[in-house]
Amino acid sequence: MDVGVGAPVVSLAGVTKRYANGTLAVRGVDMAIGQGDFVSLLGPSGCGKSTVLRMMAGLIPPSAGRIEMASGGHATGDVGFVFQEPTLAPWSNALKNVMLPLRLAGVPKPEAEARAAAALASVGLAGFEKSYPRALSGGMKMRVSIARALVTKPRLLLMDEPFAALDEITRHKLNNDLLTLWEAERFTAIFVTHSVFESVYLSRRIVVMAARPGRVVEDLSVDAPYPRGEVFRTSAAYAAHCRDISAALSRAMGE
Amino acid sequence: MSVVLSSNEAATAVEEHSERKVLGLTPDGWLRILMPMLIGFLALGAWEWAVRAKEIPSYILPGPIEIGRTLLTDWGTLSGSLLITLQITFAALTVAAVLGLALAVLFAQSRIIELSLFPYAVILQVTPIVAIAPLIFIWVDDIRIALLICAWIVAFFPILSNTTLGLNSADHNLVDLFRLYRANRWQVLRYLRLPTAMPYFLAGLRISGGLALIGAIVAEFVAGTGGRASGLAYRILEAGYQLKIPRMFASLVLISVTGIAIFLALSLISHLALRHWHESAMKERK
Repeated sequence: MDVGVGAPVVSLAGVTKRYANGTLAVRGVDMAIGQGDFVSLLGPSGCGKSTVLRMMAGLIPPSAGRIEMASGGHATGDVGFVFQEPTLAPWSNALKNVMLPLRLAGVPKPEAEARAAAALASVGLAGFEKSYPRALSGGMKMRVSIARALVTKPRLLLMDEPFAALDEITRHKLNNDLLTLWEAERFTAIFVTHSVFESVYLSRRIVVMAARPGRVVEDLSVDAPYPRGEVFRTSAAYAAHCRDISAALSRAMGE
Repeated sequence: MSVVLSSNEAATAVEEHSERKVLGLTPDGWLRILMPMLIGFLALGAWEWAVRAKEIPSYILPGPIEIGRTLLTDWGTLSGSLLITLQITFAALTVAAVLGLALAVLFAQSRIIELSLFPYAVILQVTPIVAIAPLIFIWVDDIRIALLICAWIVAFFPILSNTTLGLNSADHNLVDLFRLYRANRWQVLRYLRLPTAMPYFLAGLRISGGLALIGAIVAEFVAGTGGRASGLAYRILEAGYQLKIPRMFASLVLISVTGIAIFLALSLISHLALRHWHESAMKERK
């Protein structure tokens, strides 16, 4: 299955961010993310990829430049965000954690419960509604976090190195499940990572960034069809893409 | 294609394992109860033996058996005083909890209010209650209200400072999440800040429980030296003047038991409120 990329969901023009302490996090970033695309922001630490993501989410304002969202800016629940840590409320069970965005939007409790249960089931956690975060494994907590981000049916899903703290086997499984969800729900995905392999496996487009100051240095596409699976992971095309992206990353870091 | 949990992932989930239990308690739990009791009985036995062997008169040091007997014979007088002390303590603790929480929430809403009022809360805390109590007894006619104010001043601060700390300790990523979903002030308080502050508030409450009792006792002493009858501390003063030393000890026993009971009750409340999620409540289960 492969569907073309639509009109931009979010576009950045000359976006610069300088923090209050004077650090220039990113400089002059231009980028347009098409509807339904899966884009990775890849780069070494300190290249401002998380900063770009947080600006897209509207969590921090840019110092200069413009960020435009399709359909007139952020509507509540139009953007989902997955943090590096699961960031769950420890005092609530899995179901209540997933219900949170709906409750904040004023969705009545019975409807919120039903939608949250469906979201949990969609990430493979049916039967864990009453479990508290401390009773869940790292991978399962991340699944709850993804369910929470998807429960509002966002058009844009922003992910900030969500699987960095997981073991290799769990990470592969979650990568596959994330692609399954993406193909089923057709949201636009922006995925921040520092792993070349993860970015090649997941995305259709990889934006390579460099540090000091953070900027976009290369914009490459990975033209392999979906669904991708173990066959793709062991294919020559995958290896070739990884080699190209690694080279781009080396150039970015060597500059 | 659908998403299914792998066994690898589920395997690392924390499992609730049940330990072997004897009459509803784990062997470790029994040890924790029986050992201190054994030590207690040994100490009491040694005390009783020493008093009898050395023939110490009861107006210097009564033995545990005599203290126990006094507790029974004087129960009429002592229970009335105990009731007064308990009423003052619980009223002070309740007012401290309600006002401490309310003020902490106010502080969390406005930095200006916190900056302007917090120093005065500190002043209230550091001024010794024995020094201000006489003034309060002059100003307030009703002795119970005066005692309540004294106990409240002592008990109030830990709840205020702990809860304020808790309300400001919310996970910054969760704060971002609430901003992403456009949560209003009330929602942030209701769904994020108050739950975060809960363990802090309960820890403060546990400290304040003991302090409320101490505050009540100290205030009763001050009132007692002024000749105004009240709770258990007054009984101690009175028994001292009359050289009824066993009754002094009996009052002391009641005060200690009250303190322990308050601590256990508040610990239980804290455990029940936090058992599903907070580390402090988890360790007790190990």
